[in-house]
Amino acid sequence: MTARRGLVLDVDRTTPPIVFHHGEGFRFEKLPVGSRVIYPNEPLEPLEDVDSAIRHALANPLGDSPPLDALLTPGMKLTIAFDDISLPLPQMQAPDIRGRIIEQVLDLAAASGVDDVHLIAALALHRRMTEAELRHAVGDRVYDAFAPNGQLYNFDAEDPEGLTHLGETDHGEEVVISKRAVESDLIVYVNINLVSMDGGHKSVATGLSGYAALRHHHNVHTMRHSKSFMDQEKSELHTKNWRQGRLIQEAGVKIFQIETTLNNDTFPSPWDFLQKREWEMTAKDRVMLIGTKKVLDKIPRRSARSIFQGIRAPFGLTSIQAGEVEAVHEVTTANVYKQHLVRVEGQTDILSMGLPYLGPYNVNSIMNPILVACLGLGYFFNFYKGKPLVREGGVVIMSHPTPWEFHPVHHPSYIDFFEEVLADSTNPETIEQKYEKRYAEDEWYRHLYRTSYAYHGVHPFYMWYWCSHALEHVGQVIVVGGDRRAVKRMGFRSATTMRDALEMATDVVGRDPTLTHIHNPPVLMADVV
Amino acid sequence: MDLPFGKLSAKTVSVISKSLSGKRIAVTGSTGFLGTALVERLLRSVPDCELVLLVRPNRRNSAERRVQREIFRNDAFDTLRSQWDEDFDEICERRVSVISGDVTSEGLGLNQTEQQLFASCDVVIHSAAAVSFDSPLDSSIEINLLGPNRILDVLKHASATPHLISVSTCYVAGNRRGDANEEFLAGTPLQVDVDWRAEVEAARRTRADLDARSRIPEQLSTFRQGAREELGAAGVPMLAAKTEQLRKGWVNDQMVEAGRSRATSLGWPDVYTYSKALGETALVELHGDIPVSVVRPSIIESAWAEPSPGWIRGFRMAEPLIVSFAKGELNTFPGYPEGLLDVIPVDMVAAAIIAVAAKGPAEQPEVFQVASGSTNPLRFKKFLDTAMEWFREHPVYDANGHPTAGTEWKYAGSSGLEEQLQRVVKAFDIAAKIINRLPIRGENSFTSKFAERRRNLDQIKGYVEIYGAYGKCEALYGIERTLSLWNSLPPEDQREFGFDPSVIDWHHYITEVHLPTVVVQARVKTSPEKRTGPSRSERLRGAVLDSERQFAAFDLENTLIASNVVESYAWLATRHLGTRKRIEFTLRTLSETPGLWRRDKRDRTDFLRYFYQRYKGASVDQLEVDVAEMFSELILIKSFPAGLRRVRDHRAAGHKTVLITGALDVAVEPLRPLFDHIIAASIDRRNGKLTGEMLAVPPTGEVRAQLMVKWAEQNGLNPAQGVAYADSASDLPMLEAVGYPVAVNPETRLVTIAEKRGWLTENWPKTAGAPKPVLPMGQRPSLSNAHEGAH
Repeated sequence: MTARRGLVLDVDRTTPPIVFHHGEGFRFEKLPVGSRVIYPNEPLEPLEDVDSAIRHALANPLGDSPPLDALLTPGMKLTIAFDDISLPLPQMQAPDIRGRIIEQVLDLAAASGVDDVHLIAALALHRRMTEAELRHAVGDRVYDAFAPNGQLYNFDAEDPEGLTHLGETDHGEEVVISKRAVESDLIVYVNINLVSMDGGHKSVATGLSGYAALRHHHNVHTMRHSKSFMDQEKSELHTKNWRQGRLIQEAGVKIFQIETTLNNDTFPSPWDFLQKREWEMTAKDRVMLIGTKKVLDKIPRRSARSIFQGIRAPFGLTSIQAGEVEAVHEVTTANVYKQHLVRVEGQTDILSMGLPYLGPYNVNSIMNPILVACLGLGYFFNFYKGKPLVREGGVVIMSHPTPWEFHPVHHPSYIDFFEEVLADSTNPETIEQKYEKRYAEDEWYRHLYRTSYAYHGVHPFYMWYWCSHALEHVGQVIVVGGDRRAVKRMGFRSATTMRDALEMATDVVGRDPTLTHIHNPPVLMADVV
Repeated sequence: MDLPFGKLSAKTVSVISKSLSGKRIAVTGSTGFLGTALVERLLRSVPDCELVLLVRPNRRNSAERRVQREIFRNDAFDTLRSQWDEDFDEICERRVSVISGDVTSEGLGLNQTEQQLFASCDVVIHSAAAVSFDSPLDSSIEINLLGPNRILDVLKHASATPHLISVSTCYVAGNRRGDANEEFLAGTPLQVDVDWRAEVEAARRTRADLDARSRIPEQLSTFRQGAREELGAAGVPMLAAKTEQLRKGWVNDQMVEAGRSRATSLGWPDVYTYSKALGETALVELHGDIPVSVVRPSIIESAWAEPSPGWIRGFRMAEPLIVSFAKGELNTFPGYPEGLLDVIPVDMVAAAIIAVAAKGPAEQPEVFQVASGSTNPLRFKKFLDTAMEWFREHPVYDANGHPTAGTEWKYAGSSGLEEQLQRVVKAFDIAAKIINRLPIRGENSFTSKFAERRRNLDQIKGYVEIYGAYGKCEALYGIERTLSLWNSLPPEDQREFGFDPSVIDWHHYITEVHLPTVVVQARVKTSPEKRTGPSRSERLRGAVLDSERQFAAFDLENTLIASNVVESYAWLATRHLGTRKRIEFTLRTLSETPGLWRRDKRDRTDFLRYFYQRYKGASVDQLEVDVAEMFSELILIKSFPAGLRRVRDHRAAGHKTVLITGALDVAVEPLRPLFDHIIAASIDRRNGKLTGEMLAVPPTGEVRAQLMVKWAEQNGLNPAQGVAYADSASDLPMLEAVGYPVAVNPETRLVTIAEKRGWLTENWPKTAGAPKPVLPMGQRPSLSNAHEGAH
């Protein structure tokens, strides 16, 4: 049976209340008649024999690349880099696809007599992964074989001894990546391409890089000229990464790129009702949904958080391709689009979204207000191709409790960013000019990033820049059910109910506005024509 | 150009001016409310007189400086300043001589020349007094009873016989009903026959006895206990100082009590009236050739007209009660509605004194009463109703801009109210004792609010006790002699020196003159506007981070992190145990906590020595690896982000930062990037293992302060430009050693101290949402983490 495509539902009087994600919980919203709800495609059929698919991909590379085993020679330096804890979302059920690929790469390396192998979690300025997280990603066998000898570790973008400056692009963008990677005879990069911005040259150029290089595209100007950053043809972020990536190639750094795509089978039982369209829910689904909501509304947020963070997605592998970076990425992107793209006719006055408990930067952590903003205005808003779903000057309504809560270990600079920077200004350009450098070069944040499990000092700035396209484009942002102080701090407006939010929105978009709700996750990307 | 006072002299045909013209007048108590009014009035209205002011130097200022600051800069002189303009200083200098002395010293503390100058005066106005109703017995006696005697002695010694006008009070008549006339009471049935000399002796003896009693071992141990309760484990020098302070305070309190009970036992409301009454008796007995007049005002209040309507100095009698009412803190008045409130404006008293001086003495000592009750009575009900009406139109606002006016006054005989307050105070004290023992902190500023309420209550209780006696006073003070003096004056003098209380329109006085000044004096908010500009905390915070500061010292536990040495130890010790053993161990350690806590409260050094023995045999290498993990899993999770931010704010401001903690040096190593220097406890090492023995006295209590100051001095930093952050009263030595102390999440004791001393207080919370480990247990690594990240 082939998976059903996504659809745009026109809400009429018989449409049941729509389930909105709302942090560690849900809301049921009866949307006005005439509203549209965009539903994702159903999960594509996964590949049946994953290990064979991997083997096939490694032996039959795309583009101008020999098979992997032909690249492996005795005595060579091999570095295997892999995506960090921010992918996929949620973490996938064991075994993680990265581990399965790495096992085969290591088998080939061993067969070719390669001893000097390093495995690096390519986390750029993200937090270090804990032992448990690394074990989950690469599997116990790989971990136990390499970690004790110091051959499996987290990338350190602030190690003064650990980086190599490869030069500048013709646009003046510095290219700085891991010294070990540069010195290796081959880098094998293992990707999980959950969304269309993942992978390609971004893997090495960003994943194994640091502030000096990233600041050239992780900035307000670039993000405002990436419409959207999920659409490679229109993404300045993509263009800059590609320039940096090509310079890395030209510098003689040899990369064997492995990219994988997953279907959007996100929620395991008993959460599978979240995969369903409301009118198709069974009586059991409804009981589960209402019961779960009741429980989640009662228990402390801390407990709800640990329940949700325990979810492991039953993602299925839909494709794997390996070889030369650009050739691989072209196929990957097509495969990602196959799962995510849903055709939508025309823009809307109001775009609503229910924000879930998880984004790329709060795995095993807390979704703080800045991450809420980033998930809604950075990611969900940018899940479009063509035109933004919401018209210029329109309104975005996000549903999320937005608590004034932070993880003290993972997000220390976020706390200060929220208390100090946002208290001063919410304008991305002002913030960039006035505060970025200080936070980026702060000794204490650097210490926490390197020795503890903290995101880099500059990371909250990037989150805010991620929102800058949306902030420029829309007329107002309303948060439903959020902590009023936290919402206000970010320059947004608070509404208790969806009804109030819609009422408030009419001040900006006039009476009788059009409303479109993006029913995400599972992830969908709107192809707006 | 006109002569400075040419205009005045041209117009004056008054007998008062004429009689006092060219005279030299000595004034004692000139820095007081009445004294200041007198000096101003004499300088302005008696053009040619000279003044000799006997002023007591205080700790900060010499007599001359006090005259400049406290008299001439008072707003009473606004009129004269604008009238005399640039000649003001010159005229004051020419007409006013200041001699530094004290009525409690023999010879008034004057040298020969000064005594001569004093005795050369034509009139001596003695208005120096201990007016406080709760002075210690002996100091009231020394000032109020013996003061006039010492003046007599100096004059007799110089064989001078100026007219001595002694200012007393109507209330020497004591607690009685009915008429109280202008007569001396000694020897009449209206006053108990007491020998004032015996009273003096007894007062001095009481002081000596109480001092001796305060030194017996039981008492001393009570004081020591009290000091410990107030300060906790603050170290020996600080506890000793506090103990001595408590001892002196105790003696003083006992002397106050002795004064109160002696006065009431003889029929006076308080020690002030008692000592004043005996002072009059002594004066009459000893005056000899020196002609004496006594002026007795009732309750002196703000000015009716001179130097300006409503002029007042300090907070007088009933105002604190009125303001408490306006703020809604009190709704019961200690008195009866029909009771007499015998108030007399200050300018009338000053004028009466000057008139008595001008008139000159009679053969026998005379009494002049200046009071309103007999000719123009003001009843409590009238006063309070008018005040209430006024406050309704001019409400007082609280900090949030809400009007706070109280409801209706209720009246209670003051004793009923006192009892009621006493009960509340007692409940508060019990609660305070409990709170002090609980490990709660300044979060939500609960403790801080508690302390503030307690202080308010103390104040109100004090006022009620003291003023209650006056509220119940039902004597009627006759003013026949004063009125006949008034009637003898020509109209010019009556215009210039008004002291006929019947002219007062009380409604006008209360609503237009008195209350408008009272609210200004009390500094209450009279408009709902939010205060603009930085708040007090913001100002203090600005000062703390000013670039002039040189260093910032931080305590660790409960200042930067919500954890302690026991937790850290439990975490480290359990990291390598199996799950069951880990839980057992942690529970065992936690079960010891109450005992450890007691030990800690008693003496922190002792506690640390005892506790750190547990580290005996621990491998240093392993400890370092484990500490790196503990940093993320315990320390940072329990940290106060605002605190860590503050450390970095100091560095950004160019200050040096230092961490001073009783925690183990190895355990705080991950915090090193925040600080220029770390002072921590250190355990001796042998063969890569800890011995459990401490190398030096750990940095606690006074040792902390010493180590901090030593570090500062070695680095050329000035402690006066230092900032210190700590949470507990045991850190007082460290806080006091710097110019800018900051109380962080202070325990109850420190809240009180910090508020009293105006220190900045910060409440730094843990991050909301931070994980809450149920037990402080180390997560067991499946492999040694030593290698992770090593590449």
